[in-house]
Amino acid sequence: MTTVFAALAGALFATGTYLVLQRELTRMLIGLALLSHGANVVLLVAAGDPGRPAFLDGRDEPSAFLDPLPQAFALTAIVITFGVTCFLLALAYRSWVLTQDDTVQDDPEDVRVREEPDADIERSGADQPTIEAQDR
Amino acid sequence: MTPWIALPAVLPLLAAAASVLVGRSRAAQRIIGLGTLTALLGLAVRLLIETDRNDVMTTQAGGWVAPLGITFVADRLSAIMLLVAIGMFLAVLVYAIGQGDEESRHVGFHPVYLTLVAGVCMAFLTGDLFNLFVAFEVLLVSSYVLLTLGGRLAQVRAGTTYVVISLLASITFLMSLGLLYRATGTVNLADLPAAMEALDPALRRVFLLLFLGVFGIKAAIFPLFFWLPDSYPNAPTAITAVFAGLLTKVGVYAMIRIQTTIGPDDTVVGTVLLVVAALTMVIGVFGAISQQEIKRILSFHAVSQIGYMVFGLGLLTVAGLAAAILYIAQYIVVKTTLFLTGGLVERASGTGHLDRVDGMLRTRPLLGMLFLLPALSLAGVPPLSGFVGKFALVDAGVDSRSWVLVGVSLAVSIMTLLSMNKIWAGAFMGEPTANAEATRPLPTAMVVATGVLVAVSIGIALGAGPIYAYAERAAETLLPLAGSSAP
Amino acid sequence: MKRSVIVDVTARLILPSALLFALHLLLSGHDRPGGGFVGGLVAGATIALIFVAGGMEDVRSVVPVRPWTILGGGLAVAASVATVPILLGNPVMDNWKFYVDLPLLGEAKISSALVFDIGVAAVVIGTIFMVFEAFGDEEPPEYRGEVRQGPGSGQHPEVGS
Repeated sequence: MTTVFAALAGALFATGTYLVLQRELTRMLIGLALLSHGANVVLLVAAGDPGRPAFLDGRDEPSAFLDPLPQAFALTAIVITFGVTCFLLALAYRSWVLTQDDTVQDDPEDVRVREEPDADIERSGADQPTIEAQDR
Repeated sequence: MTPWIALPAVLPLLAAAASVLVGRSRAAQRIIGLGTLTALLGLAVRLLIETDRNDVMTTQAGGWVAPLGITFVADRLSAIMLLVAIGMFLAVLVYAIGQGDEESRHVGFHPVYLTLVAGVCMAFLTGDLFNLFVAFEVLLVSSYVLLTLGGRLAQVRAGTTYVVISLLASITFLMSLGLLYRATGTVNLADLPAAMEALDPALRRVFLLLFLGVFGIKAAIFPLFFWLPDSYPNAPTAITAVFAGLLTKVGVYAMIRIQTTIGPDDTVVGTVLLVVAALTMVIGVFGAISQQEIKRILSFHAVSQIGYMVFGLGLLTVAGLAAAILYIAQYIVVKTTLFLTGGLVERASGTGHLDRVDGMLRTRPLLGMLFLLPALSLAGVPPLSGFVGKFALVDAGVDSRSWVLVGVSLAVSIMTLLSMNKIWAGAFMGEPTANAEATRPLPTAMVVATGVLVAVSIGIALGAGPIYAYAERAAETLLPLAGSSAP
Repeated sequence: MKRSVIVDVTARLILPSALLFALHLLLSGHDRPGGGFVGGLVAGATIALIFVAGGMEDVRSVVPVRPWTILGGGLAVAASVATVPILLGNPVMDNWKFYVDLPLLGEAKISSALVFDIGVAAVVIGTIFMVFEAFGDEEPPEYRGEVRQGPGSGQHPEVGS
């Protein structure tokens, strides 16, 4: 069981990481959702084998119960992810409204440094390598 | 059991709800916000006094016993952080109301601001790691909203960076929590030291580094700081002041907690922290020197100064920790003041760009003083509060014979002075520009809030003796082992 | 928006049972799977269903209150359940319960955690509603292609969380 979960978490983290590295906001959003699902799967694995329940009323056999605490953790994390995903959707929508495009923009200061690499050299007097332009 | 110590974490939430419900009336929202924060300030003072008498106070949510329920714990460190944080929240709220921009334009400002207060208070008062995660999320989600309030393109861009980085940190945090629970069976900070004893020392170190890394992203230490100077300057001024002044320090607070809980004697990690501290100081101050815009310069300083606090923590001695606590307390006030003054300059001149603003000292001598005092304090010029903090740190460093770190921190403080001088020379000296906007009046509330914070930072310098003694007692509670083995 | 008869009729059929299910999850959540968050999500999903079937006008006519009122009210209820016990000298979020005999249904356990759950459900419903309120209108004319400045944006809070 744990092996299946581990493979599942691995797959979720792999695809999530790939998507987060994209420039499109919507893809990043899906990637972050996948990553948080991966973390939740890890939380479920953390419950371990049955037999370590947090509390029982004495009537039931402990070996039949999983530890419920990690599940409470996972539930809380799901609630939080829900809120944050709503927010990211809002952000992506806002970005689309403003630019008609859902790619993440470059930092204006970074662009400035890239376009005039001499600005820093002039100021510091040192010989600095130019910052390579990122491929779009 | 002292149930009332949980009040700072839930009262702002109730106030936030009330603030949503009276959304049509900005006046009612202001009364709720100011009233709640004033009440919290009173609670924080009471907490400060009572923790000094009782060492540690706890309460369990819903009466559940310790490892199962949600534990709230207050000790001297939480109390001092809480007091400084709430005082700063109150001053910034007054400033924001005076400024009026985002505060009066958006119905959501007050509720979200109060939720941020709740998250910060909860982070300081929580007794288990999972609840710390929840507190972080509450304050982060509020900060996402505040950062992008207004929805300008620059804010959306900055917000994206910030949200994605924070989320990645949160996911790592969550995963580390799961692994830690699997390994030890508890996430309660009080139970962790004993539970960690059973683990392999190498595994213990892995957990320590995982959590330090997660909190390091929030605290913006080297090499995890890159998101900060990108995102913070784009928020509304009052919000940037809160973020740079306080939010990164919540990360440092968490680093202190986790280090003293699961690795109080791990000198290897301590050394790593010292190296990271030196790099953070140096890289941050270099960044500040190369910038041309007031808020961006100050944001890079926010990174640089984190290095000093991590320096104090990395020493792993009572003196170092006490110095770090004192440093955080005074720094929150000083940094917030600087951002607020930066906002005043922008307000008065219409821009924060050093090339386009000149001669403010001639037109506004008071503003000059409001900038000069905290700026010199940040650089550590005696007798201001920054000097007191740096002196305590250097003293602790000399005690531990960390000569390199002492040298670096002194050199960086000279460079800090240099870059502060850049703002001073750029914005305040010289001939006033013939800018019609240079005569725009400044709202009284903004100036008063900034002035009060300047006064508080001078007060910290004057009362440095008792405050340091308090910080030392706080550090002794955190590091009982190191305290007793010290010669 | 062009309406589809199939979606329209399906929505009408599903709506009452989905709401009933949401209520069931909310009420039985204390001892069995369910709870405020899940109940709120199911109820929120019905809002999405109405939106798909009839657009924002239908949502507004079905739900008579504004989203931030639901959200604020829910938060107020939930935060009160946490705060009131402290003011009475008990631990934060302390809960108490009592049993009532309901006609036909038999004995039922009522706990103050239920009040908290109702608050949570309201917050979730309010949040989902708010997302549709902010982004549901087909063509937001005042947003199109310009950086918005100046007052009046209080009508459209940017976020729903």
